[in-house]
Amino acid sequence: MTQTMMKTDFRREPVYIAVLALLLIAGFFLPSWLRFLLQTALAGGLVALGVAIQMRAGLVNFGQGLYYCLGGYAVGLLSAKLGITDVFVLLASAVVVALLAGALLGLLLARYREIFYAMLSLAVSMILYGVLVKAAALGSTDGFNVPPVTYLGWLPEREIRADVVYTLAAVLVVVSCLVVARYLRSGAGMLCEAVAENEIRLEYLGASPKRIVFFVIVTAAGISGLGGGLLAISTGHVDPLMTNWTTSGGFVFVALLAGRGSTIAPVIGFFLLELVQTYALDIAPNAWQMILGAVMLAAILLLPGGLWSLIDRRGKA
Amino acid sequence: MTQTPILTTEGLEKRFGGVVAARDISVALHAGETVAVIGSNGAGKTTFVNMVTGYLKPSAGKISFRGRDITGMSPRDTARAGIRRSFQISQIFPELTALENAMIAEIAALETKGSLSSHAITDARMHAARGVLARFGLEKFADTRVATLPQGVKKQLDIAMAAVDDPAVILLDEPTSGVSVDEKISMMESVITPLMNGEGTVLFIEHDMDIVSRFASRTIAFYEGTILADGPTEEVLRNDEVRKYVIGGTAHA
Amino acid sequence: MLKFTAIMLDGLNYSAWLFLVAVGLTLIYGVMRILNIAHGAFYAIGAYVCASTLGLYYGAGLPEALAFLAMGLVALIAGVVLGLAVERGVLRFLYGKDEVLMVLVTYALFLILGDAVKLIWGVESYFVYQPYAYFGFVEIGGLPYQVYDLLMVVLAVVLGVALWFWLERSRMGRMTTAVVADREISAAMGINVKRIFATTFAIGTFFAVVGGAVTAPKIAVTPGIGVEVIILAFAVVVIGGLGSIPGAAIGAVFAGYARALSVHLAPEFELFAIYAVMAAVLAVRPHGLFAKVSGRKI
Repeated sequence: MTQTMMKTDFRREPVYIAVLALLLIAGFFLPSWLRFLLQTALAGGLVALGVAIQMRAGLVNFGQGLYYCLGGYAVGLLSAKLGITDVFVLLASAVVVALLAGALLGLLLARYREIFYAMLSLAVSMILYGVLVKAAALGSTDGFNVPPVTYLGWLPEREIRADVVYTLAAVLVVVSCLVVARYLRSGAGMLCEAVAENEIRLEYLGASPKRIVFFVIVTAAGISGLGGGLLAISTGHVDPLMTNWTTSGGFVFVALLAGRGSTIAPVIGFFLLELVQTYALDIAPNAWQMILGAVMLAAILLLPGGLWSLIDRRGKA
Repeated sequence: MTQTPILTTEGLEKRFGGVVAARDISVALHAGETVAVIGSNGAGKTTFVNMVTGYLKPSAGKISFRGRDITGMSPRDTARAGIRRSFQISQIFPELTALENAMIAEIAALETKGSLSSHAITDARMHAARGVLARFGLEKFADTRVATLPQGVKKQLDIAMAAVDDPAVILLDEPTSGVSVDEKISMMESVITPLMNGEGTVLFIEHDMDIVSRFASRTIAFYEGTILADGPTEEVLRNDEVRKYVIGGTAHA
Repeated sequence: MLKFTAIMLDGLNYSAWLFLVAVGLTLIYGVMRILNIAHGAFYAIGAYVCASTLGLYYGAGLPEALAFLAMGLVALIAGVVLGLAVERGVLRFLYGKDEVLMVLVTYALFLILGDAVKLIWGVESYFVYQPYAYFGFVEIGGLPYQVYDLLMVVLAVVLGVALWFWLERSRMGRMTTAVVADREISAAMGINVKRIFATTFAIGTFFAVVGGAVTAPKIAVTPGIGVEVIILAFAVVVIGGLGSIPGAAIGAVFAGYARALSVHLAPEFELFAIYAVMAAVLAVRPHGLFAKVSGRKI
């Protein structure tokens, strides 16, 4: 009964288990460069998922890279500057830092919608960018390197380090997708949709759209922070580009294209974007953004009723 | 009527700039009453409902609910306190199914009780949401996207959502507007009957005197922002002034 | 005391600059309901076009004093051509679409134009300091100050007043104001909304281009200069209220002095200071100082 009712059905745990199995098996066969790309895309995919969650509530966040960056820098600072190397402590810190930032910003942003929400979140992420670029102690535009992590005291041999990180990333990302899927199909997820559709009705039912949006912001911040932490651990490096608006724009683009069907879709979408980007940057290093922009424009112009209608549901009551 | 009223307004007034939309509105509603509000357009009916449900802040006067002053409370807080409303233009979640709409109303009602953690969509809650639809004869639309439903059904759903969790007072703003003449009575029956079965107070704004006399035991007539008459429906509808200013006015409206 | 004078003068200069780059953004939003992220790219293009033109100009050994005329002319041409190309080429197909969608569209345009700049001008920096140095210094309260920076203030005031006159006094301008007030009624009254949109967009673009052009002599013109501009301009128009031209002026003064104060007292927090002012304003007026708040109807 439940399954037929929900327009978007996430009650498919086996799908997530299958995806995880596939990722883990693929880990053995993929050439290392591709697996590395996949791994970083998994990390970034979580941020795209964070953007997608907000889109459910009708909100477009143009600065989600903020939490990505905060998560990454939290891991980087703790390990490189304070010598904490345990991966679980580091990732937990990344999530906590992002959650706190999300809560703080949520207080400001939860009352805004539409372009105000989009632009204010963009602006805040660019402030962080501006601060980091000027922070010489943190390597300015170059960022800094993150030392290898340990796993409850175990430092894997150099040869298998990449395998271990990959496995960890795959497990955490798929589990996160599953958790988000559960969140979205819960009452909280339904309230998100309700915010996108008719806030007035919600208020007269006694619910608080502002509070719902606040929770969406915080949730999205948390998983994006995890993504940032995973990226820092995967690449052993963080830099301010993580919170640059072109990074955030990529997340928005992927979330828009991925649609509402599955929480895995943004992750896969982000992988494809990274793949295209890798080739595009090889062929035409100064035209990648142009290509991305042109594809975005084409998608919007040619599919006017398609993609956008997925989030533009406001005020049609 | 010796029992204490559940909702009272004393000397409510609303001005928009120099225009007085409502003046000296004093009403006492009792538990279990079904009250009709009549009056031509601009007589202050919707202004009254909007003030009671917190959409408009009164310029003067006081609103009390269960002995508590709720003047100037937000829509959300009045809803939480137990005053719910439906809308003249139905306010629903158009892209979702009727069942999802009812479900959201259920979850929102739970939220008002502060049970934040219990957001899971359990079978019990699903059942409750289906129960809401069934109560208003909407179960056949459970899986239909509500944007595609006819106007009357949308309004029924709007009312059904307001009625979730049996609010103490429910205010219906023109429940039959936009519904064809021959469907008005059956529509009212399908919404009023389940509402009257509860203990709650029902107040509805209505232009059709046939419906008023059929469904309301008490009627309040508005004219130019003030109350012209308030009493048993039969008396009010026979009142000369009401006949002259209100019924005469609406007959051609 | 010198520091105080410096803050006062720099604040004035920053305000003028912010007004130049922000007023086009708010004008376009007010009339067309498009928050044009590509505005930053227009600014960058203005800077590049100016740098290239002046490079050629000085290369040809033409009289230095007339370089400013060349700057103005080039900015005008570039602004109108660029504005009309974007409006006619892309935006007009999307009128009436959701505002957030338009942010995405103009973001895509920003990306495209940003790379176009790199393809045309390369990634090297351009320097054209001559106009900046041309006027020399003047001493104000014991502080030597660039005359060019003071002239920027004059330019901002002149252009701002011109814009105001156009809106208030000209037929076209008054029709534009009418469109802002109520586009449906305006269209019904026979006002040619399409023409007004095209004109407005060209004027708004012109302001961005001028902003870039007059800034070019003061900076190293490099890829990426447009990003900061859109972020700052957005803060300015939000402080003043999106779509309000007096708001842009007030917002520019707020942000300009916030920036001047922080540059002189706590330089690391430059961007932060402007946004702190914005956050403070939003805390009191959620949609800016001059915003018309439209109540939700039920």
